[in-house]
Amino acid sequence: MELEVFIIQTLVKILVVLLIFSALAGFTTYLERKVLAFMQRRLGPMTVGPFGLLQVLADGIKLFTKEDIVPTNSIKPIFKIAPVILPATAFVAIASVPLFPEFEAFGTTIHPIIVDSNVGVLYVLGIMAIGMFSPLLAGLSSGNKWSLLGGARTAIQLLSFEVVTGLSILAPLMLVGSLNLIDINDYQIDNGWLVLTQPVAFVLFLIAGYAETNRTPFDLLEHEAEVVSGYATEYSGMRWGLFFIGEYVNMYIVAFLTVLIFFGGFGEGTLTDGFCYLGKVLFFIFLFLWTRAAWPHVRPDQLMWLTWKVLMPLAVINVVITGLVVMF
Amino acid sequence: MFETIAFYTFAFLIISSFLVVVTSKNALYSMSALASGMIFISGLFFLLNADFLGVVQLIVYTGAVIALYAFAMIFFDTAKNVIEVNSKKMIFLLTSISAILVVFIMTAPINSDAIQALYPIHQGVGNTQDVGMVLFTKYLVPFELAAVMLLVAMIGGILMAGKKMDMLSDIEETK
Repeated sequence: MELEVFIIQTLVKILVVLLIFSALAGFTTYLERKVLAFMQRRLGPMTVGPFGLLQVLADGIKLFTKEDIVPTNSIKPIFKIAPVILPATAFVAIASVPLFPEFEAFGTTIHPIIVDSNVGVLYVLGIMAIGMFSPLLAGLSSGNKWSLLGGARTAIQLLSFEVVTGLSILAPLMLVGSLNLIDINDYQIDNGWLVLTQPVAFVLFLIAGYAETNRTPFDLLEHEAEVVSGYATEYSGMRWGLFFIGEYVNMYIVAFLTVLIFFGGFGEGTLTDGFCYLGKVLFFIFLFLWTRAAWPHVRPDQLMWLTWKVLMPLAVINVVITGLVVMF
Repeated sequence: MFETIAFYTFAFLIISSFLVVVTSKNALYSMSALASGMIFISGLFFLLNADFLGVVQLIVYTGAVIALYAFAMIFFDTAKNVIEVNSKKMIFLLTSISAILVVFIMTAPINSDAIQALYPIHQGVGNTQDVGMVLFTKYLVPFELAAVMLLVAMIGGILMAGKKMDMLSDIEETK
């Protein structure tokens, strides 16, 4: 009986998370266009529905009904699978992120986390890293030189920034002494937000997060002015849309992780704390969009300079200093 | 029961994806299958409650090693098939060795009582802590040696690339 309840609960949770996050990914495209329009003194989507709210639906219909083109010279099975990898890894990664504190409903306590694993942070980052194969395989299988360049940039950029993410997150983890995201959250109830003790790690993690989710100052993978559309050049319709669902879900994961690790997460876990938690996450999503409006692209060589000559040494120094502080 | 089902599913998936790696003529198919096989192997670690090793398998093999293979693939024409030259003697030798290995693996459970863990896990302590304890006490020297080896390889790589970069910048200056 116990086992059956567990299985049904988990299945329901998975379904809810899938539905909420695919809807959120669509809705965030609307938010992004509105925020960008506001910052550039435009109106953004206005015609479909009130305030252009139904624009998401219209976009969805367009994506689903567009002709699905598979180029003749592409390697077809890989070309078809590649766009699925990114959203799949993003949704698998969400399994280990606590999305809300525990609450009572329907007479039971509900844990809004699918797998409460002991290696939570590592698991989420590891699965997100696998998402890299999606643009990479898309670039390699498209049979298009722009796609190939986009794929090459993926490998370089994402591999480099994985180093920065790992090293930057190491310092706060040394203070907490656990990889479990809920333990990290609980640590901050007594000891204050980790951003106060680890500001360098926070800035590095955020920058690396932007690069790993391929957001604007670092969106070299599909930089229009240089490589047409990078790895996504040959894609159309829903296959193209899948890349973006994955990207937006990854954005949410980075926002959740930032709030959980550096900004106290959901603290004590009351209902108000829960909504504060979601508010903080939404602020970081807004920050993603704000940065897109405010910052120009960087060049690939500038990006490499930034990663290996500035961010990585800073992260290593931060780890060493934290180690010394913890020891003495 | 669920563990059994999961084990056989993963085992089947691992073997079939590695079979694709060996038999496929297209390099891109092989690489994708290799990456997926590595991911399925981490599933076996998770089944054995070795969470940490499972995640390390994901990060190191799929996230880093295969990604580097993929990076090298950019310099090949992936649409062309690779033509391999196989000698019949070699195939005979390799098949017989693998046949013997399969027999050993299948008969090994007969002696399963003799197998005992050298460093059994501690109840209530996480897998991460257990691995850390063993690595930094019993295996400290090999661990540090491996670290030094990696450092040597890294410095060597940077030096060799650095020399070429100096040459390139000299050429550009003389232009």
